[in-house]
Amino acid sequence: MTVPTLGKDLVGLEHLSAGQIQLILDTAEPFKEVSERPIKKVPALRGKTIVNLFFESSTRTRISFEFAEKRLSADTVNVAASGSSVSKGETLVDTARNLEAMRIDMVVIRHHSSGAAQFLGDRIRSNVINAGDGKHEHPTQGLLDMLTLRDHFKKLAGLKVAICGDVLHSRVARSNIWGLLKLGAEVAVCGPPTLLPRGVEQLGVTVLPRIEDAIQWADALNILRLQLERMEAGFIPSLREYNRVFGVTSDRLARAPKDLLILHPGPMNRGVEIDSDVADGPHSVILPQVTNGVAVRMAVLYLLAGGAPDWVSGSGGEER
Amino acid sequence: MARALQRMASEIVERCFGADGLVLVGIQRRGVELAERIARLVAQTEGQPPLLGKLDITLYRDDLQAIGPRPVVAETRLPPNLDGKTVVIIDDVLYTGRTVRAALDEFADFGRPKRILLCVLVDRGGRELPIQADIVGTTVTAGPADRVDVSVMELDRVDAVDLVRGAPA
Repeated sequence: MTVPTLGKDLVGLEHLSAGQIQLILDTAEPFKEVSERPIKKVPALRGKTIVNLFFESSTRTRISFEFAEKRLSADTVNVAASGSSVSKGETLVDTARNLEAMRIDMVVIRHHSSGAAQFLGDRIRSNVINAGDGKHEHPTQGLLDMLTLRDHFKKLAGLKVAICGDVLHSRVARSNIWGLLKLGAEVAVCGPPTLLPRGVEQLGVTVLPRIEDAIQWADALNILRLQLERMEAGFIPSLREYNRVFGVTSDRLARAPKDLLILHPGPMNRGVEIDSDVADGPHSVILPQVTNGVAVRMAVLYLLAGGAPDWVSGSGGEER
Repeated sequence: MARALQRMASEIVERCFGADGLVLVGIQRRGVELAERIARLVAQTEGQPPLLGKLDITLYRDDLQAIGPRPVVAETRLPPNLDGKTVVIIDDVLYTGRTVRAALDEFADFGRPKRILLCVLVDRGGRELPIQADIVGTTVTAGPADRVDVSVMELDRVDAVDLVRGAPA
């Protein structure tokens, strides 16, 4: 059997094959153990230089990438848009080309524009990893959600996952939808009509208008963060009303035919999209998601580091 | 192969004075099965099973930067504390010694064993590093173009050591 490769960049899950997604998830398994070692570090990416280029604020994702890079022994630099030349008007490509002139190997980019990672990947030689681009994709979040689901249910085929909340603005939702469907899961979306993209059914998902329906149907709920700005923009009447109609509460879950696994990509708004007793309850895997995030990102970094064909002269080499 | 493993098990017990404080670590892939079998043989004679571990050295390879698509990483699972233990590395074939070099580096990140021994089923010569095995099942003379294939019942449905002459590198 030939092992699939990932190519140069990881922009999203939409254009990956089921085999490639499987490869990343399978590769993440042994990396979980590295983080449990007394010395949490292996030399696999020794000498590689990675730039974390964050044009949008992020805590969890940036720290998770940084841990993943450091545990693979890569050298890392963090660039935040504020306080850098970006705030002086430099374009994205110029910023990246300047970084490349310093001989870097990989760029992890988060950007507020959909398509930024693809745009950059097409223009620089370094590997590009999308850490969230606008409303498009957040592939490593999708992958860590899938890994967490697979840990719990042992397989993804046939699994029913409901993605609840602000699907319209969510790159996490898109990466989950594409990834889960490819591996044979069933996906539904649930949220107020103003926060569901028009024509979302065309992606191959079911629309469930009421949270009660999602709870009846699903094996797992992936509850999206309701960004507080959405209220001001008029998508929902008020946070309280959102909680009353769409909030995942223990009362609602008590009426489910079975125990539902609870996922949330964070940061949570407790008391809005999710109640505290659900977030901290026995079926919540919100913290295991964070643990898996490091393993998934290590797997992606490791796989991409070997996938740049123009750098590799005379591949192969002796097995031992 | 059964006889060779039996002899290797006896030699391990002899050189380590029993199964106490003994850790057998198989190198992925075929080394893991060999280590499990030797552990059963040691348990039979000593009445006490040695600790078992498995090690994947992929992330410690010295040629990761040079090779193309990344090799698949398998599981690493070692007993929690190696300090003061006697570790026996078990692999199927000893060739250049680079795998063993990587394994030694990896052990250093897990603790400080009292002693590390190397036990291989086949020593095929052709070392590129100053590394020798302590316990050897059999020795064959194989050139760089030859291939030594070890098959084990658990993975390959047959126990065999095959020397394939002049196979393309």
